[in-house]
Amino acid sequence: MQTLKMALKSIIANKIRAFLTMLGIIIGVSSVIVMVAIGQGSTKDVQDQIGSLGTNVLTVSVTGSDVTFKEGDADQIKDVNGIEEIAPTVSGRVTLKKGKTNTQVSMIGTTSSYLKVRDLQLQSGRFIADLDHENHSKIAVLGSDTAQTLFGLGDPVGESIKVNGTSYKVVGVLESVGSSLGTSGDSTIIVPLSTGQRLASTTNIGTTYVKVENENSINFVSSRIESTMNSIVGDADSYSVSSQKDLMETASSVNETMTLMLGGSAAISLIVGGIGIMNIMLVSVSERTKEIGIRKAIGAKRKNILLQFLIEAVVLSSFGGIIGVGIGVVSAQIYTVVTGSTIAYSIPVMLLSFVFSLLVGVVFGVFPANKASKLDPIQALRYE
Amino acid sequence: MTMIEPIIQIKNMEKMYELGGETVMALKGVSLDIKKGDFISIIGPSGSGKSTFMNMIGCLDRPDSGEYMLDNEKIGKMKRSQLATIRNEKIGFIFQNFNLISKLTAVENVELPLIYRGMKAVERRETALAALEKVGLADRANHLPSQLSGGQQQRVAIARALAGHPPILLADEPTGALDSKTSKDILAIMKSLNEQGHTIILITHDLDVAKQASRVVRIHDGQLYENGGEWFADAQNGTEKYYSK
Repeated sequence: MQTLKMALKSIIANKIRAFLTMLGIIIGVSSVIVMVAIGQGSTKDVQDQIGSLGTNVLTVSVTGSDVTFKEGDADQIKDVNGIEEIAPTVSGRVTLKKGKTNTQVSMIGTTSSYLKVRDLQLQSGRFIADLDHENHSKIAVLGSDTAQTLFGLGDPVGESIKVNGTSYKVVGVLESVGSSLGTSGDSTIIVPLSTGQRLASTTNIGTTYVKVENENSINFVSSRIESTMNSIVGDADSYSVSSQKDLMETASSVNETMTLMLGGSAAISLIVGGIGIMNIMLVSVSERTKEIGIRKAIGAKRKNILLQFLIEAVVLSSFGGIIGVGIGVVSAQIYTVVTGSTIAYSIPVMLLSFVFSLLVGVVFGVFPANKASKLDPIQALRYE
Repeated sequence: MTMIEPIIQIKNMEKMYELGGETVMALKGVSLDIKKGDFISIIGPSGSGKSTFMNMIGCLDRPDSGEYMLDNEKIGKMKRSQLATIRNEKIGFIFQNFNLISKLTAVENVELPLIYRGMKAVERRETALAALEKVGLADRANHLPSQLSGGQQQRVAIARALAGHPPILLADEPTGALDSKTSKDILAIMKSLNEQGHTIILITHDLDVAKQASRVVRIHDGQLYENGGEWFADAQNGTEKYYSK
């Protein structure tokens, strides 16, 4: 307790020096916190986006250009055990026109089950019905961004738009789903599968979304679909079956690596801060040689002196740590306000970087403190 | 004369130094008994082994050979941490240049030896203030050394030496940095402390200062000489004929 008071006193006696010494730790800790907050924020972002697609959904993509995979083939997937619903899609890009407003959006041609499989919500109107598919109806459901671009705040349902020059009737608008991995899920137009095939001028099904009955059996279902696909398509390189979970794992592992690298480089600055502390403590020891001599002459033991300097180093580094956590949180907050990106504070990381700064104080304080404690009182008293 | 037990018993103490590859015999078999309540001064020029002897008595260093009993404790080959405890409990140091810690106030300086003794804060403050009272500086307790005169600083140092009630006060040239009037004051304080029963060892090169003590020994070339009071006159004449054993 008394030693702590002494340490505080000698730090207060050298305020500017103490602050400069702490600066290394402050910068280190705050950058660890900011970097990790940003890194984890973007991980969370990606996970939320991918998670919003549903974790019980498999994506069957046919990628080979020389294979054919028709609607009838997609129906075979439906016969696989454990599948609740499938939604075959064709996709392409189309130009929409309403009055004088033009916009390019991605077109998805699909069946009525798409809404349920992708777990989408309607903002207004209705979704595509089976009858629309059979009739090759020229009707469309708009993504929320598309609707806003073409109609502003007005209600598009019942209005007609031009899709690649042909008139379509808008029957519904989807709720916003947000953007995922760089593609907006809201800048879309959804049409009946048969209509979509005509727009994309292909009868091949590109992507089929499969909703499984039980999330836990998704891996079994996935492998059963694989074998079905193999028998239909033949070439194993021309198709892929992936779950949202796979995507999520890939995305977060990329992000975790990034977070680790950011955090790691910030941790290095913490170590540099520690070297700063050691440097100042060494200066302090040689400056206070006389004081050490006096203390020893009147009865301070080695461990008293060791503790005095060690505590001083630890107080410096832990103060730096606390200030660093504060500045880190504030600057992460500023970052999110200015850039609008998500950040995620991690309490364990804050604690860890604080504990790490304490540790830095101990590790880099031991050498100077030990040096001080070993001074010979006679020599130290003679020192001017 | 009643038998007063010696508080310090030194027998055949020797100490050597390596100095630039040469071995210097700083103490050549020194023996000295000091009784409780003595006021003894050790006088000698620089290079006489005076400082070495002081370091030995003050337990700042260990002799190469010989015996040293201090207040019934055998100092001989104690560990450094044990020596620190002895210094803390048995010896009150008074230095030539006061050796106060400049960042601490007078009372905090006086408290220092008590801190290392592990005394509780409240008791410590009381003890320190009582010691300052003794040297007449109670009203300067919260001044920094830089706000005090040389004589006041030395009185703070004396208070620090007194605070832990050590059996011995060891003063190394206590008046060396003071003017003659202040020196008189400091010596008067030491005399009155001796009258109160403190054992005082005063180390000096100044004969006038040494004469204040009731007993004077001379150290020269690593050896001690003590032959009554008659050699003072010769010492002032600069002759050395009486000092050979």
